[in-house]
Amino acid sequence: MQYMLIFKETTAEVSRRDDPAAAPAYWGAWQAYVGALHASGIVVSGNGLQAPRTAIHVQVAGGKRQVQDGPYADTHEHLGGYFIVETASLDVALEWAARAPCASAGSVEVRPVLPPPTNAPA
Amino acid sequence: MSNGAAAAAAERVARESYGRLVARLAWQWRDLAAAEDAVADAFAAALRHWPAQGVPDAPEAWLATAAHRRLLHHARHVRLTLDPHVTALFDEAEPEAPENHAVPDARLQLMFVCAHPAIATHVHAPLMLQAVLGLDAKVIASAFLVSPAAMAQRLVRGKARIREAGLRFEVPEDRELPERLAAVLEAIYAAYTLGRRALDSPAGDLREEALFLARLTAQLLPGQAEAWGLLALLLHAEARRAAQFDAEGRFVPLQAQDPTGWSDDLIREAEAALWTAARLRQPGPFQIEAAIQSAHAQRRATGRTPWRAIAQLYGVLVQHHATLGARVGQAVAQAEAGEPAAAMALLDALPPEATGYAPYWVARAHVLGLAGAPGRQAALQRAIGLTEDPRLRDFLIAQLS
Repeated sequence: MQYMLIFKETTAEVSRRDDPAAAPAYWGAWQAYVGALHASGIVVSGNGLQAPRTAIHVQVAGGKRQVQDGPYADTHEHLGGYFIVETASLDVALEWAARAPCASAGSVEVRPVLPPPTNAPA
Repeated sequence: MSNGAAAAAAERVARESYGRLVARLAWQWRDLAAAEDAVADAFAAALRHWPAQGVPDAPEAWLATAAHRRLLHHARHVRLTLDPHVTALFDEAEPEAPENHAVPDARLQLMFVCAHPAIATHVHAPLMLQAVLGLDAKVIASAFLVSPAAMAQRLVRGKARIREAGLRFEVPEDRELPERLAAVLEAIYAAYTLGRRALDSPAGDLREEALFLARLTAQLLPGQAEAWGLLALLLHAEARRAAQFDAEGRFVPLQAQDPTGWSDDLIREAEAALWTAARLRQPGPFQIEAAIQSAHAQRRATGRTPWRAIAQLYGVLVQHHATLGARVGQAVAQAEAGEPAAAMALLDALPPEATGYAPYWVARAHVLGLAGAPGRQAALQRAIGLTEDPRLRDFLIAQLS
């Protein structure tokens, strides 16, 4: 079964990326986690994402394009990255979710990947 | 009487009587789930009535009557809607709980049922926590890192299994007692370690619940050395709990802990439990683990850790019960006793699943460091990536360099 691990970071956690005092521990924890995840052999794909301020929002409302810089306003949790993992059970996916550095400062959402539609052409 | 005082009284009674009430009703009605519902209803009724009427003289009897009435009411309701041929069976469904003199407490019978071999091992501890202590599925799910819906389903299935298989609420015969007791003790141990791992979640309370169950089991089966062994082990761990984190909340490994921060009272109680176990002359894995912790506690008196003795104890433990944790512990003790090469050989011989176990990588990094061999950094990295507790992770990150 494939699951997506969706890493959500608080604004305070995201700001550690650029804080010279906190950055080594921040990146150290993520590098180790991603390394261990890959070493476990369950990774299908995944990536970390650049800071939320680099985001651009696109919306088409009433046929009119609206393009905005930065994350969606009033958001306190930001998508920091994601992994698709293939595990024998949900329990294993939850175990990896709990190990993510953002699990204790933010949260991790675990969602089963939608299987391809059964009536899809072969 | 205020609501708060009535609630506090109900809570005190709850802890002591919940499991006893559920056990007795589950026996009488042969239905664990129905017994739990009835007892929960009785506690809710107590919270409604006690603030106005005062706490009754015999609160447990009051709760038992209320719960029993609840079950009767439900049975009558079901009886009306069921075929008379079926309902005829109800009348014989209420035998009195047998007077079993070997077993002074119904909660113990309940624990044995929850840890029955017919029920999947991973459900033993959750079932016990719910049936004996009344923890709700959500709290149990968090502790065991399982989705609440899945945990609720496991618990329901476990109870259905008890009903279908007609598991009897009895303590096993002498012949099978050690094996069945081992399952009960394992479940209590699992609850304690999960409670220790939890930060400030409701699962943190599991620690206390597990200690309560360990004390209860030893008191109810005083002739079983392993029950005392488990109690001694948990008390030793508990004695050092406060010293595990410094004033800033940073993790302090056992070797760096100041022994004056350990609890004298708990160590004394642990040593007494271990002595009680030793006099029974039935060695077992929990007693050996407790002896290892007792050896660590010696540092409080002597200022040094007897690593050679600890390594030998681990050797015996591994013969009894070759868990990953025991084998990793053995390797660390060997290394500390001055044999890093032997320690590395022990680590190299571990099965592949060790690579998903953070303490394995911590031990590996430590042994490589002692031996002055390369690879320490990489091992630490793996340990950091596998660690869930942020305080432990920060400690490991600080070891990099």
